Amino acid sequence: MAYDKFNILKSTAVPLPLENVDTDQIIPARFLKAIERKGFGDNLFRDWRYNSDNTVKESFVLNNPIYKGEILVGGKNFGSGSSREHAAWAVYDYGFRCVVSSFFADIFRNNCLNVGVLPVQVSDGFSDKIFNAIYKDANTEIEINLPNQSIAILSTGEQEFFEINSYKKENMLNGFDDIDYLQNIKGDIEAFANGLLL
Amino acid sequence: MSKTLFDKVWDSHVVKKIDGGPDVFFIDRHFIHEVTSPVAFLGLKSRGLGVLYPERTFATADHNTPTINQHLPVEDPLSANQLKALEDNSNEYGISHWGLGHHKNGIVHVVGPENGITFPGATIVCGDSHTSTHGAFGAIAFGIGTSEVEMVLSTQCIMQPKPKKMRINVNGELGKGVTPKDVALYTISQLSTSGATGYFVEYAGDVFENMTMEGRMTVCNLSIEMGARGGMIAPDETTFKYLKDKPLSLKGEAWDKAVTHWKTLKTDADATFDKELTFNAIDIEPMITYGTNPGMGIGISKHIPDADAVEGGSVTYKKSLDYMGYQENDVMIGKKVDYVFLGSCTNGRIEDFRAFASIVKGKKKAEGLTAWLVPGSHEVEDKIKSEGILDIITEAGFTLRQPGCSACLAMNDDKIPAGKYAVSTSNRNFEGRQGPGSRTLLASPLVAAAAAITGVVTDPRNLL
Repeated sequence: MAYDKFNILKSTAVPLPLENVDTDQIIPARFLKAIERKGFGDNLFRDWRYNSDNTVKESFVLNNPIYKGEILVGGKNFGSGSSREHAAWAVYDYGFRCVVSSFFADIFRNNCLNVGVLPVQVSDGFSDKIFNAIYKDANTEIEINLPNQSIAILSTGEQEFFEINSYKKENMLNGFDDIDYLQNIKGDIEAFANGLLL
Repeated sequence: MSKTLFDKVWDSHVVKKIDGGPDVFFIDRHFIHEVTSPVAFLGLKSRGLGVLYPERTFATADHNTPTINQHLPVEDPLSANQLKALEDNSNEYGISHWGLGHHKNGIVHVVGPENGITFPGATIVCGDSHTSTHGAFGAIAFGIGTSEVEMVLSTQCIMQPKPKKMRINVNGELGKGVTPKDVALYTISQLSTSGATGYFVEYAGDVFENMTMEGRMTVCNLSIEMGARGGMIAPDETTFKYLKDKPLSLKGEAWDKAVTHWKTLKTDADATFDKELTFNAIDIEPMITYGTNPGMGIGISKHIPDADAVEGGSVTYKKSLDYMGYQENDVMIGKKVDYVFLGSCTNGRIEDFRAFASIVKGKKKAEGLTAWLVPGSHEVEDKIKSEGILDIITEAGFTLRQPGCSACLAMNDDKIPAGKYAVSTSNRNFEGRQGPGSRTLLASPLVAAAAAITGVVTDPRNLL
C-alpha cells in the first residue's frame, strides 16, 4: 500500500519510556478483526488509554494534552511480540510518522518500514537525552532528517546519526514499496522458481 | 566455504541481491489465516495483481474461530466476516482452504507439519510470528507482516536482509518432569525477550537431538519470544520418520531423492556463528513465568527476583509485577490459579495432551477451576480420542474443546476474565493477552496439569 513520502520531519514528540512495549499493547488482538486497513489509530494502546468501561485513563501519556506530535519516543525493545502489521498501521493511523527507540523488535521495525513509519534507532544515551529534553519542555522539537540519516533535539542542538539501508531509504523518500520493486523483476523470480524441485 | 545450516537454506533461496539493501528471498511455502490476510488480498485487488503460485499457499482458519459448537454459524459478525473473506479469497485465487468444519482444519503451525506441507530446507512464511515453529524440520520459517503477505501472494518473494547467526547448544539429559517447553522458557529467561533480536538461531546439542518432532516444534515456536526471527534444528532420522507418508509429503523415488538432499542440511564442522551460547540440561527445572513478558520466567521452585537483580528498567519491572499482583521475593509454588489453558501452536499437539493426561489420570480437576483443553487440530483431537486420553481427562472432570488458537490470544470468546490467573501452555504472557486484565503464567503441559488438579502452582515432579 502506498504511503506518503518521508523526507525531513520536524515535530514535538510523545514520550513513552517503558521497555518491552509489545504489539499486544500497541493494538490488542480483539481489535484485529477488520478486513480493511482503516480506523486502527482509535485502538492504539487501547488498554493503556481507556479503562474497561471506556472512560479515559488520564494518567496515560496519549491522554495528556501537553504531549503531542508526529514522533513517538519509546523505551528499549519497542514492538516485541506478534507480527501483526496492524500495530504499525495503528501507529501510522494515529498520526505518528516516526518511532524512536534505543532498540526495536525485528518484525515491528520491518512492518513500520513497509507502511511508511520510520523507525529511528538511537543510542541509549541519546534516548535518555530525548526523554530529558521532552520532560523539561514538552514543546521541544525533534528533527528527523532522512536524507542525512540524522536525528536532532532542536532545543539543545544535540544530534545523532541513524542507520537505514539504502534501498529502504530510497523507498521511504519516494513513497515506494517492495511490491513495486518485485513486480519489476518477475522474470527473474519465475526463472528461479522453474529451477526448484519442490 | 564452510556454511551453517541456515546459510545453506538461505543462500539457496536468494533470487537477487541488492547492493546496500535486502535480498530478494524466494518462499517455498506460504500459510495464510483469516486475520492477517484480508488486507493483503485487498492490496492485490487495488493493484490489479494476481496470485503468482497459488499452489504454494495454504489457507486455514484458526485465530478467531470458536472452540465449541463449530457446526453452528459463527456468532461474532466481525469474526464471521474474516472467515468468509479467507474462504472467498482462497476460492477466487485457487488457494487450498481448510476452513472451519473442514476435517483438516486446525492451527496453521500444527496442520502444516502434520500434513507434510512443511519440509526440510524449505523457506516458509506466514503472517504470524510463531511461524518459527516449522524450523523444527530444518526449514527457515518466520513471521511476516501483511504487506509481505501481499508480496508473497503476488511474487512468491519478500525482501529481507540476511539475519546474523546464533547457535544455542543445550547438552546433557533433561531431568524428570522437564519438557521442551521448559528448555525454551529457560533459554528465553537467560537471553531476555530481545537477546536474539537480529539473529536466526540454530538449536544444537543432545537435548534437541533426542527430542521428538513435537518437542522440537515447541522449542522453535518460542524462538520469537527471545526476539529471534526464527530458530531451526538440523533434519535427521527423527524428522524423516515424522514426515514420511504424510498426506502431502513426497512419495517413492522423489522422497528418496529428497532425503538424500536433506541429509546434507547440517552445519559444517568449521562453520562459524556470530554468537554461540551453551547451556546444561541439568540446570533446567520445570519453568513458570511470573511477569508480563516470556523472559520473566524462573524455575518453579524459585522466588520472584528482586528488581535490583533484573537487567533493565525497574519502572517497567515493577509495573509488570503490579499488573500480576505479585511482589518481589514471592514464592511461585502455592500461588492461586483460576484457569488452565492447554493448547496453542506451542503446546497443542498430541504429546502435550499425553503429558497432561499422565498427571491428571486417576485424579480430579480442582474445584472452582476452569480448564480449557484445546487440541491444535482435528488430527490431534482424533488421536486424543483413539489413544484413550479423552477417557482419562473426562474421568478427571475435564472436557475437550474443538481446535483453534483459542485463549492464546483470546480473539474468540475464550477470554480469561480481568484479574484472574491462568496457567497457560501458550507463548505470551503480555498484559491482556488472554483477555483484558488477564494474568498469565506460562508453563509446560505438566505444570498446567499439576495446577489443574490442585488449583495452585504446583511442582509436577511431585505428581509424576
